[in-house]
Amino acid sequence: MTVYLPIAELSVNIFIILGMGAAVGFLSGMFGVGGGFLITPLLIFYNIPPVVAVATGANQVVASSISGAIAHFRRGTIDIKLGTVLLCGGLVGATVGVWLFSLLRSIGQLDLVISLLYVVLLGSVGTLMLWESIGAMRKAAKNQPAQLRRPGQHNWIHGLPLKMRFKKSKIYLSVIPVATLGFSIGVLTSVMGVGGGFIMVPAMIYLLRIPTSVVVGTSLFQIVFVSAYTVIVQASTNYTVDIVLAFVLMIAGVIGAQYGVRVGQRLRGEQLRALLALLVLAVGIRLAVELVIPPSDIYSVVSAAGF
Amino acid sequence: MRSLLLHALVALVLAVATPAAAQVLERQVTNFTEKLEIGISTEEIAITSDFRGADLTIFGAIDGFDARLLAQGKYNIIVVLEGPKDNATVRKKERVFGIWVNTQSMTFELVPEAYSLSSTRAIETIAPRRDIANMGIGVDHMRLVPLGFVGDGSTLGEFRNAFRRIRETSGVYQRDPGGVQFISSSLFKASVRLPANVPNGIHVVRAYLFRDGVFVAAKALPLRVVKTGLEQAITRAAHDQPVIYGLLAVTLAVVTGWGASLLFRKE
Repeated sequence: MTVYLPIAELSVNIFIILGMGAAVGFLSGMFGVGGGFLITPLLIFYNIPPVVAVATGANQVVASSISGAIAHFRRGTIDIKLGTVLLCGGLVGATVGVWLFSLLRSIGQLDLVISLLYVVLLGSVGTLMLWESIGAMRKAAKNQPAQLRRPGQHNWIHGLPLKMRFKKSKIYLSVIPVATLGFSIGVLTSVMGVGGGFIMVPAMIYLLRIPTSVVVGTSLFQIVFVSAYTVIVQASTNYTVDIVLAFVLMIAGVIGAQYGVRVGQRLRGEQLRALLALLVLAVGIRLAVELVIPPSDIYSVVSAAGF
Repeated sequence: MRSLLLHALVALVLAVATPAAAQVLERQVTNFTEKLEIGISTEEIAITSDFRGADLTIFGAIDGFDARLLAQGKYNIIVVLEGPKDNATVRKKERVFGIWVNTQSMTFELVPEAYSLSSTRAIETIAPRRDIANMGIGVDHMRLVPLGFVGDGSTLGEFRNAFRRIRETSGVYQRDPGGVQFISSSLFKASVRLPANVPNGIHVVRAYLFRDGVFVAAKALPLRVVKTGLEQAITRAAHDQPVIYGLLAVTLAVVTGWGASLLFRKE
């Protein structure tokens, strides 16, 4: 059964889109990630124009992050003050990102930049995660306790000015690195169609040294608002949000996520992280291969109105 | 019996189509007696959610023909369905530090987004190549005027060829050298294919009549291709009310995400 996507202006098989949404939803539920970094490349592999894939991916991120954000809000594991500072940076970043997106699109380099960013980010995050989880698995096998973060440890980031007290996180930190992190994630959200949780969570834990208990909730808080804002800005500047595609993806995604969560609860943390790392690397390698192998046609045609 | 039916159909189609035809492009070279009339079975093609392309049949008649020439098969017809025009950019990739990057581009001014040609024979055998080229009939003779500065123009041919090839491979440009058939002595039927990725807007059906290699008459009719129902409403909203459309997309995501978490929540 085919369905016509009015914004992407092509007909697709609805079952393939449903399958993609369910598979990514399952993985996002299992690993506790938004799934934007998987859905956007998958859509591109399925010949959805990258401009539509990115903007629509951001819309899917809103749906997959909102229930998690609400759950964290109920449990009180969101640092609203910290989240707001992140969000301010994020909104500015998303605005800059959409502007960059339009610019790259007009000079014909958008697809390349999207692929390159994915390769670099997925490659580095995947490698780091794999390294870390293999180390943790080895230690677990030897019955050694996992190395814990020493709370007193500080790095140069903690010497920056404009400090602010974040009560919930029990941390006294400069707003500069927080807003900068939010800004960078905001740019990535609008250029890559990702929520950015897979970068934000490690950055908050390892760079900003924010307690793990509030990290996930606070990052989801920022992701929901920044991706919602990105969808609105993309819709009004590039007209690339395909609501039909997004809806099919999110319906399948939220259902898939419910089952993913159940499976995820049965697996151990480090095994889960190693699997996620392999998945991230696989997507990154697939995109890298596409950049390197000679294209089937070195010419391409884009119409002024189309993609 | 069957030909009688066809005659009746053609007469009906012609009766409907003639007033519309009168107001659009019409060319008649005066020193010929032949006249060309065409009619389409529909004036509007609707793109629904399961649209997979459509076949369009165009009926036509030659009036005031020379029976002897007709019997010898000296009359030839070319029918073209031309889509709305827009600028199109061709980009060329080159390997830069191991990866493939778009390095050169050329934009062609107002080229049709779809072009489907049907004729009684291969168009090059209908009239001298020069005449066909001057009239701009056929994908190979379509006018591709580059926009802006193109240097010494040495790459022009390469980009034009790439443009034609890609548009033909993707099916938006098509040709069918046997697509026009005479169904009686002076009545003909042409079938052109609208591809699945047909652009919406005003398309133009053009018919050209040639007598023994000489252009005699042309006729044109408009054909509207429209997205219908939900598709049209969505496209219109996305372009006319983009902020509201964006808010709607976000609301849909919030409702879906929240709804699912309520639905699946463990008691």
